[in-house]
Amino acid sequence: MEDIAILGVGMHPWGKWGRNFVEYGTVAAKKALDDAQIEWNEVGFISGAITVRCGYPGYVAGSTMARALGFNGTQVASSYAACASGATALSVARGQILSGACNVALVVGADTTPDGFLAPNDGIRTDDTDWLRFHMVGATNPVYFGLHARRRMELYGATQEDFALVKVKNSKHAVFNENARFNKEYALEDVYSSPVVSDPLRLLEICTTSDGGAALVVSSLDYAKSLGVSDPVRVSAIALNTPTYPDPLIDLPYLATDSSATTLPSETGFKESIGKHVYEEAGVGPEDIDVAEVYDLASSMELDWYEQLGFCKAGEAENLLRDGSTSIGGRIPVNPSGGLGAFGEAVPAQAIAQVCELNWQLSNRAGKRQVEGARIGITANQGLFGHGSSVLLRR
Amino acid sequence: MAATFNIRSFLKDRKQTTVVKDMKIEVPAVEGFFTIEEEAHLIGGRFKRSGSYCFPKDLGGSDPNFPEDEVEEVLLSRFGKIWSYTNSAYPPPPPFIAAEPYEPIVIAAVELVKEKMVILGQVVNGYAVEDLSVGMTVEVVVGTLYEDSERRYLTWMWKPLSEE
Repeated sequence: MEDIAILGVGMHPWGKWGRNFVEYGTVAAKKALDDAQIEWNEVGFISGAITVRCGYPGYVAGSTMARALGFNGTQVASSYAACASGATALSVARGQILSGACNVALVVGADTTPDGFLAPNDGIRTDDTDWLRFHMVGATNPVYFGLHARRRMELYGATQEDFALVKVKNSKHAVFNENARFNKEYALEDVYSSPVVSDPLRLLEICTTSDGGAALVVSSLDYAKSLGVSDPVRVSAIALNTPTYPDPLIDLPYLATDSSATTLPSETGFKESIGKHVYEEAGVGPEDIDVAEVYDLASSMELDWYEQLGFCKAGEAENLLRDGSTSIGGRIPVNPSGGLGAFGEAVPAQAIAQVCELNWQLSNRAGKRQVEGARIGITANQGLFGHGSSVLLRR
Repeated sequence: MAATFNIRSFLKDRKQTTVVKDMKIEVPAVEGFFTIEEEAHLIGGRFKRSGSYCFPKDLGGSDPNFPEDEVEEVLLSRFGKIWSYTNSAYPPPPPFIAAEPYEPIVIAAVELVKEKMVILGQVVNGYAVEDLSVGMTVEVVVGTLYEDSERRYLTWMWKPLSEE
């Protein structure tokens, strides 16, 4: 598939602002339009990432944002894929551009989140596995993170210090990110003195819920050229994978895995398949990646991604972390933005925010958190109920 | 977020298995997931053509190579091995109904050897994460999820075998 160009990016800083999500989305959208030097009236398609926590305006996020920017008759769609919603919205925009339906598209996602655990919407739904996992077991999201962290300790000898060091590393990156909610540098002792949420993971190792917004302005390469943009950061591949039956790894929101009693699981696991898809589509491999933004809902999950994206073999992620390879200045910096640990979840915005960060990195505009000479970057993300996503960018 | 959970409306008119024990009526918190008996079983599904299993019976993923498959009810193995475990130090939000005062619940993911699947469940009261290890054998039992003055609402739980 052909590449598309990123003309501009913008974010509303993450925080706990308690205001209407539409405000965050429009701020991010206007910044992206300014960055692209594109007028809103030139946008042929607006692709909204949906929030399910802000009522009906959130379900129709695309048109809600379009109205806030001023209804001008532009084409619109809204996408939901839980935490992967932003990548889906970008993919929809890419399809519109490459089919010739529009020249320029605006991708936008924003959220206002409640305090505490993310939980199912109100009501009683005994046929909804997301409702059942809370009611019958008490399995919150951190419970699943804890199960996988403990499994990593069992399989590879990972330690709680390894998990804490992920937080320490990412907090050092976040100090230089004005869009991150937490700009403080944390030491190991800070992590250890935070309370356990789901053993072995502590409060500072589990991402919180935040308000925030992010937006992208994208176009065809030809249109970018017509604007005088000859060397844009390009979206080279997008993955929107579902798992392959049987998936042997327990994942939220399910009460059980598939059964492998009659069919062996695929040699490529679900998370591995996400990276594999974009590598194949872009014609590159993990050895070509200069920088990555991965979905660290918990510190331990970042280590899993090193292996799932092929940066190292299974069981070697702790070495990669400890030898500094994944810090800014190392061989393959991961989460130079500070990651979700520094941002918190603003569900429809976060997959877009990952692309914003890589755009700044690949265009050498990341300031003090710049990864020197970065040309190729990858994002990885996953939404509830089997939405894998990844975006590969290059310049 | 103010999620509310109304037990009364939930209980109204639903089909129930009831057992009376210690002057309280015992009912499954939700019907159809396990049997209430001395040797409890999880109620799963077995696909007639592929031969594969799922849990819960009506909410499992199915093999795409058997598009016309049907699920039949089956009792799953009573014993399994701990695949991983954790706890919830803070009370989970509704629709979980947390005891007051809240005692951290311990949760295990347990692999059933015959069915080759991993199933989540609380670990019975009295165990902390320090008491558990990966590979430990557990059996499925029925335990109290929450209760009111008249009823105990039950769920399935994992209980480590005593000799381990």
